[in-house]
Amino acid sequence: MVEFKINKDECIGCQLCVKSCPYGAIDMVDGKAVINEKCTGCGACVESCPKEAIKEIKEQVVDEGPQGTENMGAYKGVAVFAEQRGGEIKPVALQLLGKGRDLAEDLGVELYAYLLGSNVQELAKELIAYGADKVYMANDPELENYRTDAYTKVIVDMIRESMPEIALYGATYIGRDLAPRIAQRITTGLTADCTELTIDKETRNLEQTRPAFGGNVMATILTPNHRPQMATVRPGIMKHKERDPNRQGEVIDFKVQLGEKDQLIKVLEVIKEHKKAVNLEEAKIIVSGGRGVGSEEGFNVLRGLAEVLDAEIGGSRVAVENGWIAQDHQVGQTGKTVSPEMYIACGISGSIQHRAGMGSSKVIVAINKDPNAQIFTVADYGIVGDLHEIVPLMTKELKEKGLKGL
Amino acid sequence: MDIIVCIKQVPDTTDVKIDPKTGTLIREGVPSIVNPDDKHAIEEALKLREKHGGKVTAISMGPPQAVVALREVYAMGVDEAILVSDRMFAGSDTWATAYAIGQAVKKIAKYDIIFCGRQAIDGDTAQIGPQLAELLDIPQVTYVTHVEPKGDKLLVHRALEDGHMNLEVPKPALLTAIKELNEPRYPSMGGIVKAHRDYQVKVWTGADVAASPNMTGIPGSPTKVKRTFAPEPKGKVEMIEGDSGAVKVGNLVTKLKDKNVVREG
Repeated sequence: MVEFKINKDECIGCQLCVKSCPYGAIDMVDGKAVINEKCTGCGACVESCPKEAIKEIKEQVVDEGPQGTENMGAYKGVAVFAEQRGGEIKPVALQLLGKGRDLAEDLGVELYAYLLGSNVQELAKELIAYGADKVYMANDPELENYRTDAYTKVIVDMIRESMPEIALYGATYIGRDLAPRIAQRITTGLTADCTELTIDKETRNLEQTRPAFGGNVMATILTPNHRPQMATVRPGIMKHKERDPNRQGEVIDFKVQLGEKDQLIKVLEVIKEHKKAVNLEEAKIIVSGGRGVGSEEGFNVLRGLAEVLDAEIGGSRVAVENGWIAQDHQVGQTGKTVSPEMYIACGISGSIQHRAGMGSSKVIVAINKDPNAQIFTVADYGIVGDLHEIVPLMTKELKEKGLKGL
Repeated sequence: MDIIVCIKQVPDTTDVKIDPKTGTLIREGVPSIVNPDDKHAIEEALKLREKHGGKVTAISMGPPQAVVALREVYAMGVDEAILVSDRMFAGSDTWATAYAIGQAVKKIAKYDIIFCGRQAIDGDTAQIGPQLAELLDIPQVTYVTHVEPKGDKLLVHRALEDGHMNLEVPKPALLTAIKELNEPRYPSMGGIVKAHRDYQVKVWTGADVAASPNMTGIPGSPTKVKRTFAPEPKGKVEMIEGDSGAVKVGNLVTKLKDKNVVREG
């Protein structure tokens, strides 16, 4: 992170920055804004200043710190952790291959997939069909179930052998456990929940953009002096490439070397819960409810519409915390990030956390009694009205006209 | 059973609203709170202490005002609450933060379990727990929903998207708590009184924890913020008008049909 300073001579005392600061880190002193010790370096204030008086303090950091990676230039290639469980590749792994393919082509390098598991030979071919040039495959009964210590060791070994300049992970329950452990072990930076990844053509640095502070600010983050540059990406953000079964690639049978220290964690049991998996990240249409739904039964109104549209049901934090809908339906910063073709927000006020989770949906319809609800600021179409009246009418209208979802 | 709990003071982002005119955050009246996941970490530590004895120490890296959060968990019942605070830590990314907290943990030296919350609501990275565990060279389990000591080991359940895993890990280990783990207690009246009367903040500076300035703060952070910017505003919303709900819905459906998000089946 960075430090900021307000240029006193340019400050006009408008206090917009004071309002913009989520941490209360800007005081007014003699009519001028001054950053105090509460500053976390989030940068939310920079954009608020009409006079552009808030500047980042540039630090000379090139030769300091946890020593930059030696021989940085030797790192070439883009690597993707291909998460699989029970012989099924997670959709996010294919999405990362899609993004990784673009990045590899921009850099003129190869795309690697790191595949760990037991009896995963067939999956290696799939990864090639979805864009990998080389699959580093650690196929070993010891890797059947995910274990932090064993997986960390194998992937660190893969990184040391293949020396990629970029390594990407899905922001799943496993990816978020694994990636930081690896980053710490090999001493490199890790940027969480990136929504955009691009290459700076001049420096070949990876520009990692993520929402900060509930999506109110976007931050572009670099890992200039360490390799590989590592990032996690939430499921559903990137798009996978078309499967090409004729695509050629190489599968490298990677030798697994695990010591006692890499196997301290024992898996006693893996329990799959037999609930119909809610797949919000992959949904084409989501009908979502918030405070206005009012009750558990209230969600039946939304389910009627969802049925006609073949949509999934989402919920705001309020709806989940009131127990009206299960947690795996939650959309927003603490829930899931979704980007469907259409998002219908019913009785959702639209906090910044919620908008951070659904703001990139293609078409957003908002239905809310309150004409000033924040949700209308991100919506394409808005109806001011009671969802308990509007939603059933919409279900009826679609049925009568014989209309369906995508 | 000696337990260290890492906590963070965060702005209550659920209360943050946006000024419709300026598009900026309205911060007035937004309180600072103990990060929600961290409260579950505190609760579990207290429950384990009640059952198995030992000491619970809370630590927080942050600016001086983070002492408010430490006082709150002291009122909940932790035995000691330490603030790790120094200008040298300012601007730390997760790597450099893990280093600073790691130095404090090394100073405490004796522990069976380190608890963290899964993630903080102001950054949402969920990285500090695993990075700290790696730095201390101890095993970690994240997304923990159940903990049970068994001899020199811990039986732990960790959540997955579609179920959970039952694991066995040797102590010491680092665990990150999620909401499903427990229901955090409210501080008792006695606890609140005690916290205000007796609690003396213990502050450890960078020098106290033998932190190297090259390893923390901005110099110690492998990631650098290149720029921050406001997200692109969405085009203006089209409010669908009509004399009745039915008319509005009819107009809306026509528009959705034009956009090809609904079609004739």
